[in-house]
Amino acid sequence: MKYACLVYLEESQINKLSQGEWDALNNECMTFGDTNVGDVERLGGEALEPTHTATTVRVRNGRTMTTDGPFAETKEQLAGFYAIEAKDLDEAIAFASQIPPARYGTIEVRPLRTLVEKGNSR
Amino acid sequence: MDDIRAKVDGIYREESRRVLATLIRLLGDFDLAEEAMHEAFRSAIEQWPSEGVPANPRAWLVSAGRFKGIDRIRKRRRSSPLDDELAEQLPAETEDIAAMLDEDLEDDRLRLIFTCCHPALQPDARVALTLREVCGLTTEEIARAFLAAPSTLAQRIVRAKNKIKVARIPYVVPSRDQLPERLDAVLRVVYLVFNEGYAASSGSSLTRHDLSAEAIRVGRLLVELLPEAEAMGLLALMLLHESRRAARTTPAGELVLLDAQDRSRWDRALIAEGTQLLQRALATQNFGGYTLQAAIASVHAVAATAAATNWAEIVRWYDALLRLEPTPVVELNRAVAVAMSDGPAAGLSLVDELLTRGELAEYHLAHAARADFCRRLGKAADARAAYRRALELTNLEPERRFLERRLAELAH
Repeated sequence: MKYACLVYLEESQINKLSQGEWDALNNECMTFGDTNVGDVERLGGEALEPTHTATTVRVRNGRTMTTDGPFAETKEQLAGFYAIEAKDLDEAIAFASQIPPARYGTIEVRPLRTLVEKGNSR
Repeated sequence: MDDIRAKVDGIYREESRRVLATLIRLLGDFDLAEEAMHEAFRSAIEQWPSEGVPANPRAWLVSAGRFKGIDRIRKRRRSSPLDDELAEQLPAETEDIAAMLDEDLEDDRLRLIFTCCHPALQPDARVALTLREVCGLTTEEIARAFLAAPSTLAQRIVRAKNKIKVARIPYVVPSRDQLPERLDAVLRVVYLVFNEGYAASSGSSLTRHDLSAEAIRVGRLLVELLPEAEAMGLLALMLLHESRRAARTTPAGELVLLDAQDRSRWDRALIAEGTQLLQRALATQNFGGYTLQAAIASVHAVAATAAATNWAEIVRWYDALLRLEPTPVVELNRAVAVAMSDGPAAGLSLVDELLTRGELAEYHLAHAARADFCRRLGKAADARAAYRRALELTNLEPERRFLERRLAELAH
């Protein structure tokens, strides 16, 4: 059986950590990335840049609508995700607008974040 | 020396935005490009007195700025993974700098506009970023014009630049299929800046006038580089409104309504330019709301007197606009035109219907229009009540004074 483990954090809480504490948590994640847990096979996993880098894409009446900011509508629930490699945000938005549920719901486009030993962004 | 200094200052005013636009493309980073540009101008002040002013100062500045920028990236390298990525994207140093400068120079200014107005940026940030990067206003100037704290403005700009970097908003003129949405976002920013400068004429009127001038400057640039129908329509609209600036306030700063304006004070050159642009936009058969609003403004512009205004034609343009943009504000404006064309009773019934629906119940101009119709119909008590309601809903000083004047006239 395949599962997705979705990670939720309160950004304001993370912002209260010192850079050292934040880097330590990131290093722990990198170690975890190389750690076997039972027979579980990893299919992929990425960290995301914070929500203020997010862009929301909706398609209504055949028109793509792009707005700044994360998706914040509480009556919609997470239904799936795509991890893509695109040359820039415009290409990512063009991809997102082709995802069929973009006509019904919302696609949040967020850059993936590379974990580093020191100086992790947030 | 002073001579060179004056010359460099002049080149800074004329060329700094173009130099910046190209350096952002070459260096791939807004802040780095800005620092590099300032260093390039410093070098010019140091070197030109002995070496002479180069034949193509802009190319010299871009080239100098590029080297300064690359130098900075090298020094900062390893400090952050993003800088490493930046360094990799830099063009190879052996690349022909002349070819690199020639190609796409004009497009760089368009790229800058489209990036600053990218729909993935917060609307307020698009306005601030455009004024900062495209128009070269300082953060303090923008803050003053928008009556905001400089720190708020600065933070907005920093966040926007950060998003451009982290989410990799590209520095490109959008492709054909993305152009409609993207151009729309650009025009909205330009029109917002213009209106901010046009709406109020009290207090900081000087700064506000500058905002309109900046919006018109960007509008001209857009038409020059990307002559799309709506870009022409918006520029026409701005020019036709701007043509009335001198006539729409008294020396004391009192608002003068269109029908009472001294039409000899309208700027004929702006009207001619606006009308010509409007014709070009209409001829495309592919115009939108800005062009239609410009068409309405042009009907006023060609009327020799207020009484000679062709209101029936204005109502027809509003009908077309309403089909395209069915919003209550357009409906209200149409009602005002209908009142002029068919009499105040017809206007009143349209406005009352609008107010009953509730969408404009808090909009001072809806009550001001109702008050005016009632006044013209001789319903003094209704007019007074509507003027009072309008007064409760607006903070703009010239408008308040106008409404108070009308209210006082009714009291007699």
